[in-house]
Amino acid sequence: MHDETRLLAGGMVMLAIATGALVVVPYMTVRDVPPIEGLKPYTNEQLRGRRQYIANGCVYCHSQQPRSRNFAPDFERGWGRASVAGDYAYDTPHLLGTMRTGPDLLNIGARQPSEQWHLGHLYQPRAYVPGSVMPGYPYLFELKDKADTGDVEVHLPPGFAPAGKRVIALREARDLVAYLKALDRTYPVIPAPKAVRTVRTPEDPS
Amino acid sequence: MNTVVILLSAFVISVFGLFVFIWTQRRGLLDPSPRAAEVIFAPGEIGVVEDPAGTRETVAKLQAANPSIIGSGHAEELAERARADASTAPLVFFFLCCAFAWLLVASAAGLVASIKLHEPDWLIGQAWLTFGRIRTIHLNAVAYGWAPMAGLGVALFVIPRLLKTPLVGARYAFLGAALWNAALIAGLGAIAVGLGDGLEWLEIPWQVDILFVAGGALVGVPLVLTLLQRKVDHLYVSVWYMGCALFWFPVLFLVANIPGLHRGVQEAAMNWWFAHNVLGLFYTPLALASVYYFLPKIIGRPVQSYNLSLLGFWGLAFFYGQVGGHHLVGGPVPGWMITLSIVQSMMMIIPVVAFTVNMHGTLEGRLSALRYSPTLRFIGFGGLMYTVSSIQGAVEALRTLNVVVHFTHHTVGHAHLGMYGFVTMVFFGAIYFVVPRVSGREWPSPLLIGAHFWLAAIGITIYFISLSYGGWLQGVAMLDASRPFMESVTLMLPYLKARSIGGALMVLGHLVFVLHFVLLLTTKPSGRNQPTLLQAI
Repeated sequence: MHDETRLLAGGMVMLAIATGALVVVPYMTVRDVPPIEGLKPYTNEQLRGRRQYIANGCVYCHSQQPRSRNFAPDFERGWGRASVAGDYAYDTPHLLGTMRTGPDLLNIGARQPSEQWHLGHLYQPRAYVPGSVMPGYPYLFELKDKADTGDVEVHLPPGFAPAGKRVIALREARDLVAYLKALDRTYPVIPAPKAVRTVRTPEDPS
Repeated sequence: MNTVVILLSAFVISVFGLFVFIWTQRRGLLDPSPRAAEVIFAPGEIGVVEDPAGTRETVAKLQAANPSIIGSGHAEELAERARADASTAPLVFFFLCCAFAWLLVASAAGLVASIKLHEPDWLIGQAWLTFGRIRTIHLNAVAYGWAPMAGLGVALFVIPRLLKTPLVGARYAFLGAALWNAALIAGLGAIAVGLGDGLEWLEIPWQVDILFVAGGALVGVPLVLTLLQRKVDHLYVSVWYMGCALFWFPVLFLVANIPGLHRGVQEAAMNWWFAHNVLGLFYTPLALASVYYFLPKIIGRPVQSYNLSLLGFWGLAFFYGQVGGHHLVGGPVPGWMITLSIVQSMMMIIPVVAFTVNMHGTLEGRLSALRYSPTLRFIGFGGLMYTVSSIQGAVEALRTLNVVVHFTHHTVGHAHLGMYGFVTMVFFGAIYFVVPRVSGREWPSPLLIGAHFWLAAIGITIYFISLSYGGWLQGVAMLDASRPFMESVTLMLPYLKARSIGGALMVLGHLVFVLHFVLLLTTKPSGRNQPTLLQAI
């Protein structure tokens, strides 16, 4: 008898059900959600920075998905309102993350807009956040005896700069900071699109 | 309200459909008679213990602990099994050598990543050693190196035995395995230089994935050819698991890696559909198939209830596929999807309990066998951890608990309980059984097997307890807005250090394991008791 065929057919139907629920239906409903008004596409510099964020695995310690206020105190921590699908319209690949070894970063650009802070923090996190377990990224910087014109020098808090050397941010670090500063979803979510509001029943005077 | 009703009725209908399906399978495809459970034995062989990793004394004790009548096994069938083993030996040996190599790579990367979480200024000068990359190298070396090489190696060994026919077309699998390993080297290299895709579990760039697809397909060829040549009437339960896993994985891998297909929030849903199913529909069935084969074979007693194995298999096939959404609880994805995943996570308790009851029944009265069979000790430990990690995973999906543990190290502990405590320990046990059969040599030292077992078992216990407890405290701290975020970071430090100690013990165990394998290959096979053990196939 064709037992194998029936076994594999059964197995594939099971997988098809799961794929339908978790891949196909989301594909049809939330893949092409339009961006929310107020969300700007990334610039080339920010996209290069996003590559750095991916390349160095920031996503393994930082989520980008504040949860709603009735679920968890993410808003009270200053991480922003609960995010919606339209906030990620330009995010390919997605970087929602599943760990909070460090804080959520979806609104880090609004929380900390200083380029110097970000550069210095990437060079040595413990210069700004005592007790942080984030690694430094010295390979995104260059040590020079003196800064040349056009160099972006990082001004670290006293005691953290290498003696007699200038810390110059490489382009990778500047791109990454440009991306971090662009992480700002503080605009309001538009409540209901017009199409819904025009459909009114006579019983509903509003 | 309407959505809830629709969801609920769809759920009830599908579960009902599932049970009807299992019932029809029971009537037709898989005979409920105990004969189906006995195909792993030659006629008259039931009651004979088998553990190639034991010594003559322990095997004698193992046999003595078995009160049933000793048969000798039908000579013709035993010769058939010897031919099946001989047909797979070089291929399985190659897969296992690759598995050993990736085990060492993955262990080293994992330990470095673990230490970095409490020593953040250690090894930061090189980009490829930064936490985000070395951690990803660890995951990929386990997910695409150690686990599939060990799992497929064991499957290639077991399937011809179960189908009572020699493996056909082994050379395709050789080529496939070579491509697969080349792909993994390229993939890990890409991650190390920062060319990863950025999706967890799918970091290897799609260009390299093409090689994986070609290699995986070539490995599948001999299994399909052998299946077509089979000489048994009953497909044993291990064949269902292994057969389906080998068809499930390519679908998962292909759908997940097609470039440009997924975007935004939908991509996140797809991401966790893949990442959870690669565990649930690939590693788990390969490991369960090993338990279903080796556990009854070692103690010489058929699986207690064949109907329970049916329930366990189809329950896993149906429920496990839909649980991935619980990784996005509270996230910006459709609410119905998360609810579905939470419900199916709880339903996973059904197949897990079916498996547990079945294995408990099979082992009942034979627990002393655990003392005498090194293989069984690993497999028994692994099987028990399947139950524990699955129940934990089901409960963790509930919103009230998930809100605490979701973004914490608790989840990391759970993942390692499943992937190490269960899958890896079962593969260790299976390898102890398989290597003497494919190499014609015996493990030189029972002491080293014992050392490996205890280092691994104690290591994963320390690992799991420290991360589970610490991760829970971390989650509680994060949920309390009056406590600064940094508190959740600093309170984890002692637990992260304990995890590194547990991890170091595990790595030490792996070194013992690999060293023992090298000793087996280099010492002269003049073996103290080789004839006794290796003749009884």
